[in-house]
Amino acid sequence: MSESTGVIHDIGYQRYSGPRLGRGPVFAALYLHGLRTVFGFGRSAKAKIFPWLVVGIVIVVAAVVAAVRSQIGQVVLTYAQFADTMSWLIIFFAAVAAPELVSRDLRSGVLPLYFSRPLARSDYPLAKLLALVTALWLLLGGPQLVMFLGAAFTTEEGPRGVWNELLDLLPGLLYAGLWAAVFGAIGVLIAALTGKRAFAAGGIVAVFLMTTPIVGILAILPAQTINELAFLASPMTMVNGVGTWALGDLLFEGGGGLPIGGFGPLYALAAVLLVAGCVVLLLARYRKVATR
Amino acid sequence: MALIATESLTKTYRGGVTALTDLTVVVEPGIVGLVGANGAGKSTLIKILLGLLPPTNGQVRVLGLDPTTQPEQVRARVGYMPEHEALPPDLTAAELVTHLGRVSGLPRTVARERASEALRHVGLYEERYRPVGGYSTGMKQRVKLAQALVHDPDLLLLDEPTNGLDPAGRDAMLALIHRIGTEFGISVLVCSHLLGEVERICDTLVAIDGGRLLRADRIDAMTSATDVLAVEVSEGTEELAAHLAALRLPVRRDGRLLLVELADDDTYDQILGAVAELDLPLHRLDQRRHRVAELFATREPSHV
Repeated sequence: MSESTGVIHDIGYQRYSGPRLGRGPVFAALYLHGLRTVFGFGRSAKAKIFPWLVVGIVIVVAAVVAAVRSQIGQVVLTYAQFADTMSWLIIFFAAVAAPELVSRDLRSGVLPLYFSRPLARSDYPLAKLLALVTALWLLLGGPQLVMFLGAAFTTEEGPRGVWNELLDLLPGLLYAGLWAAVFGAIGVLIAALTGKRAFAAGGIVAVFLMTTPIVGILAILPAQTINELAFLASPMTMVNGVGTWALGDLLFEGGGGLPIGGFGPLYALAAVLLVAGCVVLLLARYRKVATR
Repeated sequence: MALIATESLTKTYRGGVTALTDLTVVVEPGIVGLVGANGAGKSTLIKILLGLLPPTNGQVRVLGLDPTTQPEQVRARVGYMPEHEALPPDLTAAELVTHLGRVSGLPRTVARERASEALRHVGLYEERYRPVGGYSTGMKQRVKLAQALVHDPDLLLLDEPTNGLDPAGRDAMLALIHRIGTEFGISVLVCSHLLGEVERICDTLVAIDGGRLLRADRIDAMTSATDVLAVEVSEGTEELAAHLAALRLPVRRDGRLLLVELADDDTYDQILGAVAELDLPLHRLDQRRHRVAELFATREPSHV
């Protein structure tokens, strides 16, 4: 301590009799803390580099797309296509962010400090998951908003043009939400299995990387049903399949998209089950971790 | 109301390892020492008190609440300092303790205020704005104690708080715990495998071994009437012993020492008188407080 000329009044220990907040505000505090962690707030400058690099890339891409459209009138990427195009970048983002959120706490042994507090066991993993899903959704949805603003300000059809743009934007944001939910759920689940961040990051990328060839093999087998269901084998193509079914033209102009036949609803169901399954496993994992 | 009360508490882990066996103990508010060797069941007992582990059998009450059915109410009023490393290295102490205060349900500004107060009480000032990763072991232990205090609990559960500290650090930590127990009005349960440490600051001592209760009592009850005077003379020990016995003082031989039970201040005079009368060279005469360890040693001679 430095020498001080003032007089220090030690007022002693003060008891606290004010309000203690319930489950909702506590969950919100955990969630916001997680969201801050993902983007490196309250942490070292080094921790901010990667997230903000990714934020920079997606914003620049969106700005370029918006600029091209306003200048030469050509739609390079639709809102939903933007989410698809950025998917690999988002995988890497999830592979870095999920271990920061979850593995770090497992390794540093901080979890007993959480679970010895009046916090429901399921709230910790759910708050972390929601934080990652929100971050991913902001990464995919934020740039779409930039594109929308670009289009809305340069439209030549007046308010009707803005309205049409908005009708295009909303499905794009929902589609981004699907990407965020699938990537977030898988990412947090894998990261929760290990305290080593490098392993967790590798594992997350591997899930997406290793399943892609399986899709390739299934897609060329000589049976149409298997071909049409092949895209369920990888989370990425599964989400694409849901997009093909639900968004159609917005995602693939001129009737393109994945050849999923009439299995669209099945793809949607599979995506929901995948996310739900990850959440169930995640909660089971933390029931075990909490008692250690 | 009892601080902690257990009745026939038994915990058997899957795989058949029994950590606690038929533990019945009631302790009153104050500073409670929970002593036992490594693996005696101390950490298991703490986890049951926190409601993190369900007991296999028996009843348990903490602050009048049942942690098996009301774990969140119990945890709202209890602060826990774990034994092992528990701090994320890249957060500052201020940020971590504030965040954990909010997880305990404190509003944002209150959490920030109480975090700096708690850190100040444990002796961390400007350092609190530096990442915890660069702290010494002593500072980390203080942060762990501060996070247990931030939400103003009624009971602190401290698992081996002096672990890894040097002698000066141990003394400082024990003094801090004593201050919390006496000045802050917060009851404390201190776990330790070092009896000599906790007996200095505790009102009550609970000793467990192999999951069984050895003894639980107030420390003054354990040590009362056991103060002795140690007398050492360089020659004529036998003569002095006989002389003191003739004065009807209870004398025991302990190697080169004579141990005389201290009844009151007259005992001093009687011994000094006896030594002067026999004209013996007195080496030393000092008062010894019986260590609690000796009480246990006579009770469980088989245990090493």
